[in-house]
Amino acid sequence: MVTAATSFSRSGVSDWLIQRFSAIILGAYTLFIVGFIVAHPGLDYTTWKSLFIHPLVRIFSLAALLALVAHAWIGLWAVITDYLTSRLLGAKAIVLRLLVLAIFAVVTFAYMAWAVQILWGLQ
Amino acid sequence: MKKVRPVNLDMSTIHLPVTGWVSILHRISGVVLLGGVLVLLWLLDASLRSQDSFAHLQAMLSGLGVKLVVWAVLSALAYHLVAGIRHLIMDMGVGETLEGGRRGAKLVLVVALGVIAALGVWLW
Ligand code: HEM
Repeated sequence: MVTAATSFSRSGVSDWLIQRFSAIILGAYTLFIVGFIVAHPGLDYTTWKSLFIHPLVRIFSLAALLALVAHAWIGLWAVITDYLTSRLLGAKAIVLRLLVLAIFAVVTFAYMAWAVQILWGLQ
Repeated sequence: MKKVRPVNLDMSTIHLPVTGWVSILHRISGVVLLGGVLVLLWLLDASLRSQDSFAHLQAMLSGLGVKLVVWAVLSALAYHLVAGIRHLIMDMGVGETLEGGRRGAKLVLVVALGVIAALGVWLW
């Protein structure tokens, strides 16, 4: 079996499965938020805030965030292994891919930290 | 496997079938969303921070530039979601024939365009 150090779970099959699970969570979360907005025309601040303060919604948001990190990592990995290839770029390709992933790791971490601050700073 | 295989990278000679368009758009929308999350988090932050910032966001959203950026990100999300759901349905073995694939791809385009138009109406 080929294992790849930079893939999310080091195995294509589990990456594939995680991509599906995370897609389902992200899709459900998106539809949930959209549904809430559609169900509340003329939405005001208090109603909007009360949604994200609800403990179950906090758990759902956290699940969506974790799903996003995994989903985005696997997605980006798939894309750059298709385009930043050694055939096109030679030995530079691996360096470039590592660089892209490293930058993305920092970006994702910042997203996470920010989201936690937004949602858990609410009172 | 042969080491040196023929490669055609002349994009202008490659004509994508509808299924190919749906696929590459899913990829592009996914990559757009990697950055689009920044906009989504900004919207979340501004809408939740305080009553004032909620009102300020509403005012900002009446500006054309902000509106277009938000519409673009929400459109990418809408397309990616619709095409992603088709992916999940096909993973379960539904619509995997050539004809089924074409029909599903067309359906994705129609539904996604509908949602994107609805988003535009909602924003304007
Ligand atoms: C806002 C968060 C999201 C981001 C940043 C994102 C990003 C990505 C990226 C970059 C890819 C890789 C595309 C490729 O390999 O061609 C991908 C794939 C995928 N996405 Fe998303 N996505 C998000 C939300 C969703 C949602 C809500 C769904 C719902 C169904 C979804 C379903 C999928 C599926 C099924 C794949 C796998 C496609 C494949 O195997 O070819 N994604 N996503």
